[in-house]
Amino acid sequence: MWEKELINLVWIVVKIIIILIPILLAVAYLTYVERRVIGYMQCRIGPNRVGFMGLLQPIADAMKLLFKEIIIPAPSNRYLFIIAPILSFAPAIFVWSVIPFSQGLVLANINAGLLFVLAATSLGVYGVLVAGWASNSKYAFFGGMRAAAQIVSYEIAMGFALVGVLLAAGSMNLTTIVEHQTGGLWHWYWLPLFPLFIVYWIAGVAETNRAPFDMAEGESEIVAGFHVEYSAIAFAVFFLAEYANMILIASLATLMFLGGWLSPFQGIPVLGPALAFVPGLIWFIAKVGFFLLLYLWIRATFPRYRYDQVMRLGWKILIPVTLVWIVVVAFMVKLNLPPWFAG
Amino acid sequence: MNLFEKIKHNVKSFLLWELLVGMSLTGRYFFRKKITIMYPEEKTPVSARFRGLHALRRYPSGEERCIACKLCEAVCPALAITIEAEPRKEDGSRRTTLYEIDLFKCIYCGFCEESCPVDSIVETNLSNYHFEHRGENIMTKQKLLAIGDKYEESIARDRANDAPFR
Amino acid sequence: MTIPHIIEQVVFYFSAIMVVISGIMVIAQRNPVRGALALVLAFVFSAVLWILLESEFLALALIFVYVGAVMTLFLFVVMMLDMDIEPMKRNFVRYLPIGLFISVLVLAFMIYVVAPEHFGLSKYAKPLHASAAYSNVKELGHVLYTKFVYPFELAAVLLLVAMVSAISLALPVVRERKLQNPAEQVMVKREDRIRLVNVPSEKRID
Repeated sequence: MWEKELINLVWIVVKIIIILIPILLAVAYLTYVERRVIGYMQCRIGPNRVGFMGLLQPIADAMKLLFKEIIIPAPSNRYLFIIAPILSFAPAIFVWSVIPFSQGLVLANINAGLLFVLAATSLGVYGVLVAGWASNSKYAFFGGMRAAAQIVSYEIAMGFALVGVLLAAGSMNLTTIVEHQTGGLWHWYWLPLFPLFIVYWIAGVAETNRAPFDMAEGESEIVAGFHVEYSAIAFAVFFLAEYANMILIASLATLMFLGGWLSPFQGIPVLGPALAFVPGLIWFIAKVGFFLLLYLWIRATFPRYRYDQVMRLGWKILIPVTLVWIVVVAFMVKLNLPPWFAG
Repeated sequence: MNLFEKIKHNVKSFLLWELLVGMSLTGRYFFRKKITIMYPEEKTPVSARFRGLHALRRYPSGEERCIACKLCEAVCPALAITIEAEPRKEDGSRRTTLYEIDLFKCIYCGFCEESCPVDSIVETNLSNYHFEHRGENIMTKQKLLAIGDKYEESIARDRANDAPFR
Repeated sequence: MTIPHIIEQVVFYFSAIMVVISGIMVIAQRNPVRGALALVLAFVFSAVLWILLESEFLALALIFVYVGAVMTLFLFVVMMLDMDIEPMKRNFVRYLPIGLFISVLVLAFMIYVVAPEHFGLSKYAKPLHASAAYSNVKELGHVLYTKFVYPFELAAVLLLVAMVSAISLALPVVRERKLQNPAEQVMVKREDRIRLVNVPSEKRID
């Protein structure tokens, strides 16, 4: 009896490792892709020296940061200073336990999956906040304050956007949400929930503190914001967390608005059956890749928002838009509007 | 701003029109030809007037040009040049015993080159050099002459190219 | 005793102890920011306890709302405080009797309410283990919008009133400050700010 359970336990740990390693690799190579893509958009070519096409660049960076010295400022709050990067990294990692990568390919298929994701992402701000405060530096403190205010504001818009998805799917289980979108490109939720989709994406970019919402870093104003005092691997952990969060937001957008692992050609006469052999995981990765590219594209295009404009956008535009569209979605669901809600 | 324009503006901003225009621009630049130069293998052309590392030149006979007039020392705005002179033992001609340029002080203005009556001190087009030990920033007379000997060909060519414009 | 059962026990006792420890830390920490962070810790571990009770919606809502939003704002304020501990400690002895009295009172209330004869297993049976398909959220929504719809709506109105009054208190009566209007700022076009003038160059007089 207990041997079976022990094997079960070990199997769970193995599954965690199987999920974790590709994510960490994706994080490492996202930094590389980011530098290449933004370089290309600025008529440069980006890192291309380390290894073939610069493919070993992330590894070189990681090695460099590993062997550097962690400098702890004398007036800092020592324990909180060291805990802060872990606080921001841990939520970015454990959320992946509920993300379904394909049909049945999920560590924990829990009922309140969406709420779990929301709760976990809202924990991420503590890393930034604690880092800003524990550094005992003015710039870091400003960065922490900005991040806190920004994330609290955009979490509301994001939460409302997800309420629309909940209404549409009638479930908080991420697998069920995807299954409700079965049936090709036009059956996905991005169409009936289009404003919510846009709001979710904007709030997601803001939530991960990425350009043009990178107020917490704000190189030109507050040097590096919350991680100004961090060096070496502690600094790298902040970066890992940021990029893991980016991938997370991208996969959530995929799951909730672009039909997760479903093929876009379902139900189309010739293309549908012809591409049916492609496994769901490939579609999922392709869609996540699209959103990640969008992240980088946005960063390469837009200048940083002014702080009061960030607040205005969050409170006065995004939240009213979601509130209005939730009512519209409720009507659509009530009227069983085909093809999305006819069931 | 009239009502129509306000409505137009609001519709446009809700459709994210201007953001999409901006993104299409960067999207087009993604496929543009890249202007990066792969530095050690490729180099940008250097002007004949480029003011890089200093050198002291010699006449074709092997005689050093410098006559220790100290004009360069006088004109140097950064006080980077130190010269000591006395008659040479063999022929009594006026020569430097010490000619030093502190590269940390030098601002590469090129005044020394312009002031030199015999085209002795010149600034070559060498732009990449480095120091590994303290004190290497002081260019002694031997080092300057050695650079001059080594790059005499390119120094002379640059001077000849630039001569019509002087 | 199966392994999941043992793990459940371990998690329960660990979280319960941590809730108590972090609860003590909230009031024992000298630094208010550390106190607030200890409160966050207490919230997280109580969420764990709730998950053990199979009320995952409440647990996650606790983290989402309290840890994610309320405590963030609270920390935001606490971090900005420039607190001087000394003057607060000055009157410690003077206020000690009244403080002790109040804490004993609260403790007595708690014991009276939560004591076994009112709140024990005999009064409220241990909740049954629900099946995996059981949706906590659905059940909660059902109860909220049927049985408790009146208090629920009342609470919502109360919160709305509180929000409106807080905003109206914060708004200045007389607008003397110069405020930027981002809506107007983004409407500005190049033509509104720049006038291109063609100035003819002067004719040379020989």
